[in-house]
Amino acid sequence: MDFSLLFSEFPSLTFDGLALGAIYALISLGYTLVYGVLRLINFAHSEVFMIGTFAALIASSDIMGIRIEDDPISGGRLILTILVCLLVAMLTSGIVAVLVELVAYRRLRNRGASKLATLISAIGVSITLVEAFRIITDSLPREFPRFFEKSFIAEIFGAQIRNDKLLVIFAAGLMMFILDRFISKTRIGKGIRAVSQDEQTSVLMGININRVVTVTFLMGGLMAGAAAFFYVLVYENTSFRVGFFLGISAFTAAVLGGIGNIRGALVGGFALGLLEVYGSVLFGTAWKHVIAFTILVLVLLLKPTGLLGESIQQARV
Amino acid sequence: MINLRDAGATWWEGASKFKRRSLVVSMILFVYALPFLNNPIINTPGSLFESVLFYPIGMFVLLSIGLNIVVGKSGLLDLGFVAFFAIGAYTMGVLGTRTDLNFWQILPIAMGLSMLSGVLLGAPALRLRGDYLAIVTLGFGEIVRIVAVNEEFIGGARGIAGIPTPPDLFGMKFEILNPKPYYWVLVTMILLTYWAVRRMAVRRPGRAWDAIRQDDDVAQLMGVPTFKYKVWAFVLGAAVGGAGGCLYATQILSIVPDQFSLNVSILVLACVVFGGIGNPFGVMLGATILAYLPERIRFLTQPRQLVFGIVLVLIMNLRPDGILPRKKREKFESDAK
Repeated sequence: MDFSLLFSEFPSLTFDGLALGAIYALISLGYTLVYGVLRLINFAHSEVFMIGTFAALIASSDIMGIRIEDDPISGGRLILTILVCLLVAMLTSGIVAVLVELVAYRRLRNRGASKLATLISAIGVSITLVEAFRIITDSLPREFPRFFEKSFIAEIFGAQIRNDKLLVIFAAGLMMFILDRFISKTRIGKGIRAVSQDEQTSVLMGININRVVTVTFLMGGLMAGAAAFFYVLVYENTSFRVGFFLGISAFTAAVLGGIGNIRGALVGGFALGLLEVYGSVLFGTAWKHVIAFTILVLVLLLKPTGLLGESIQQARV
Repeated sequence: MINLRDAGATWWEGASKFKRRSLVVSMILFVYALPFLNNPIINTPGSLFESVLFYPIGMFVLLSIGLNIVVGKSGLLDLGFVAFFAIGAYTMGVLGTRTDLNFWQILPIAMGLSMLSGVLLGAPALRLRGDYLAIVTLGFGEIVRIVAVNEEFIGGARGIAGIPTPPDLFGMKFEILNPKPYYWVLVTMILLTYWAVRRMAVRRPGRAWDAIRQDDDVAQLMGVPTFKYKVWAFVLGAAVGGAGGCLYATQILSIVPDQFSLNVSILVLACVVFGGIGNPFGVMLGATILAYLPERIRFLTQPRQLVFGIVLVLIMNLRPDGILPRKKREKFESDAK
């Protein structure tokens, strides 16, 4: 164990952890929203994210015409490129998430099928999407072009601040703020909260449950799409299996914060990002998932509803 | 939709003892004779039919029966079942290559170690409810794999090679090129497990699991020691997984950590739900179909798994309770009273 490196590099590690945590938090929002409304783990969510990374890739190369070997761009074109890629990734993921709900969930939900049947149906969709992209991409990873020169722009308390990661943290924070406002202020947001409290009563109160569920999946998909763009921006590559580990980590983050709780996903995402970065330094990169899971188990044993608690107090099976 | 379950149950209720026995015996004989029935209708182009019978078909049937105790009988969602399979396989790998013990001596040790890890995981995890249990077991499955990759003592990422075959039994030689004896051992294991689970299901543990599945809190209130029976369900499932892993390792002769990924857990769970959760017969049928299908359509090579995914979605949408659901049978029994 190498504590000296942890202490000497602590501020920089914290910054990196926050950037990773921002991506986790955005993905885990999708899990937590769907869980809050349907009480189901959306197993196809990692593939919604995966498709978002490819959408960002296609947007950068085919819409904005940026090639891998091009020089970094700047100014207005840079801002435009970032916005276009972000929007395309978000919209694609959002639409895919809605389609996943239509194919894998709606029919089973209307028939009142068991949770496990729905779970397997979602796993089936997940396998189908992964395999489709494996065949399309010939099982090869794809590189993402570097839009702008990545440089350390500032030093705060000794932390090296890299511009792309700073952008990710700010943009992710802004998006989560907008989502939180959306859920707590708008009419349909109120509907989502009502359904997550009591599905039957909210139907009796005149809430169109299919619409609420569609919007929930759409929101989760949009956030996953944003996360996908930020992921390729920072890590500059993607492949058909990119969703798998990120999905598991993001789901862990959602549980860590208290699944079904939107602010919990935020806290859980950042906490997990930090833990994985610190843990990688202490025990080596190979063990970071083990550390994350060990901490998750400990948290659940001490506080079975996650750090912030579920938004719904009533225990359900 | 044709109601196979009810039609079968009605026939069974009306059949004489002789008819029942001869049906069971002929079915068992048919299963044992399957390696000889290698014909173009059921064989698997692109892979050896006899070895497909052993793995994946037979192995997934065994694992599904094991997982069915946990998920189907007691309603605990376990997404890390592969961990016990891996522990069984690694026990065989390590003890087989480093000691003089043979397969039959290692088998109980492998099952014991799997059960022990089942207790170690279950004791804290089973205090959590529902979906938290799912994520903790999922994490456990991944941790076992990561430990196997990073621990040089058990071969690291290269795994273990040169695992010995079992000694001869009743004149049968266990060889890599002849999977038949392994298949027969596996079928025997499946029958024993099936019998044991059936016996348990109609006695106290089975009733306790039923109660836990239907309502945990009410069961506790009625005096069922729920925690104890949950741990038992977990441990028994683990034992079956460990036994399967042990036999798998001695057949395949070399194991690497990547064989024990989350996909195996998910596939076994899919077998259980696909076949008809909680009904051991349905689970066996589901496992047979789901393990056989990708091998049967191997000629499709590239889109093989794609077709598998689509079939999974379609069947779950058409028959949400699985192919042979338990519900109808329970209904039949209560109607008959």
